[in-house]
Amino acid sequence: MNIKVLGSGCTNCHTLEQRAVAAADLLGLDVVVEKVTDYGEIASYGVMSTPALVVDDQVVLAGRVPTVAELQKMLA
Amino acid sequence: MTADVETTTETRSPWKLWAGAGTAMLVWLALYRLNRGFWEWLLFDTFGLDPDSHGGGAVEFFFYDTVKIALLLTGIIFAVTVLRSFMSVERTRALLGGRREGVGNVAAAGLGVATPFCSCSAVPAFIGFLAAGVPLGITMSFLIASPMVNEVAIVLLYGLFGWRVAALYVGAGLIVAIAAGWVIGRLHLESWVEPFVFETTMRGQPVDLSIHLSWSDRFTIGREEVASIIKKIWPYLLVGIGVGALVHGWVPEDFFVRYAGPENPVAVPVAVGLGVPLYSNAAGVLPLVEALHAKGLAMGTVLAFMMSVVALSLPEMILLRRVLKPRLLAVFVGVVATGIVVVGFVFNLVL
Repeated sequence: MNIKVLGSGCTNCHTLEQRAVAAADLLGLDVVVEKVTDYGEIASYGVMSTPALVVDDQVVLAGRVPTVAELQKMLA
Repeated sequence: MTADVETTTETRSPWKLWAGAGTAMLVWLALYRLNRGFWEWLLFDTFGLDPDSHGGGAVEFFFYDTVKIALLLTGIIFAVTVLRSFMSVERTRALLGGRREGVGNVAAAGLGVATPFCSCSAVPAFIGFLAAGVPLGITMSFLIASPMVNEVAIVLLYGLFGWRVAALYVGAGLIVAIAAGWVIGRLHLESWVEPFVFETTMRGQPVDLSIHLSWSDRFTIGREEVASIIKKIWPYLLVGIGVGALVHGWVPEDFFVRYAGPENPVAVPVAVGLGVPLYSNAAGVLPLVEALHAKGLAMGTVLAFMMSVVALSLPEMILLRRVLKPRLLAVFVGVVATGIVVVGFVFNLVL
């Protein structure tokens, strides 16, 4: 599973990344977490509010930081 | 507060959800009504402070104002966030696509107020708008209105100056956003936008995740927003109210009438000039500004200062520099600042 965190390095993006890793760990998933900070690339996903979460090239969340529990549901 | 947010992800019955919301609202109203009486009783009746002394007035102002502003912020940010969760930047962009200038600028400024938007997302939104064919000037109207007419500013203006000033601020903010966006559009400065913006191609469908939310989700988002804003602004708020309290207690009544009253033509540009580089938020500046106004600083000057603080900030400039060439950035700052100065003068004349 490939997870991308889209965002330009703000605090929220960092929190989202940490929580995504924590959620994947709890689920025992084998994931690669990638950070996308390039604005052109972020926009190319159709995302206009950061941070956003992309799972296997599908945008599943944009504009807020969910809890670890919510993330577990999204990744499961 | 974090623990509270954590537990809400489990689904609750709708009955419980609305009962909870109703109870929270009643508690809020009760606290708001009791605030003044409580501090007067505690400080003056119990501790025996003199309400007419410098110190007594300042201490009461500090406690009463802190609690009042905290309550107003909590209640209104929550309500606004829940309402805004029905809108999204994606929907706004779809609404703005293909609009003509003029009407488009008005729509963009209005949507800037209604759309949930953090200025930290200014750059991806800018790219997304332009790449989807929304004209530059209309995009600018959106980006100016969004931070300027924000809920924290409106709440504080309402709490400190009353609804009339808050409404004037909203109206003036919209006018500045519409006019500045329109001017930038008429100047045809598309060549001063960094070229990569127009080269960005969208793969796949734009995402709009606002449509699948339940009421429980919307309440959770509202609570999270309140927590994150309060966490971010409380130090500014306390310092602002503290300095405001000192001004209230010790600065002579007509101090600013002498130096920066409505007749002083330099006051508004100076206030805007001070406000632009100032990195703060409405929460930090307003309690101070309220105290300054109480000592005679003209209302137009006060509002212009406030607008320049929240609408133009150094961190936002640095972000926007990624997509705007320096010349366009300068035009942006110049046009918006000029608009704010004009608004300040007009208010000083009519109020």
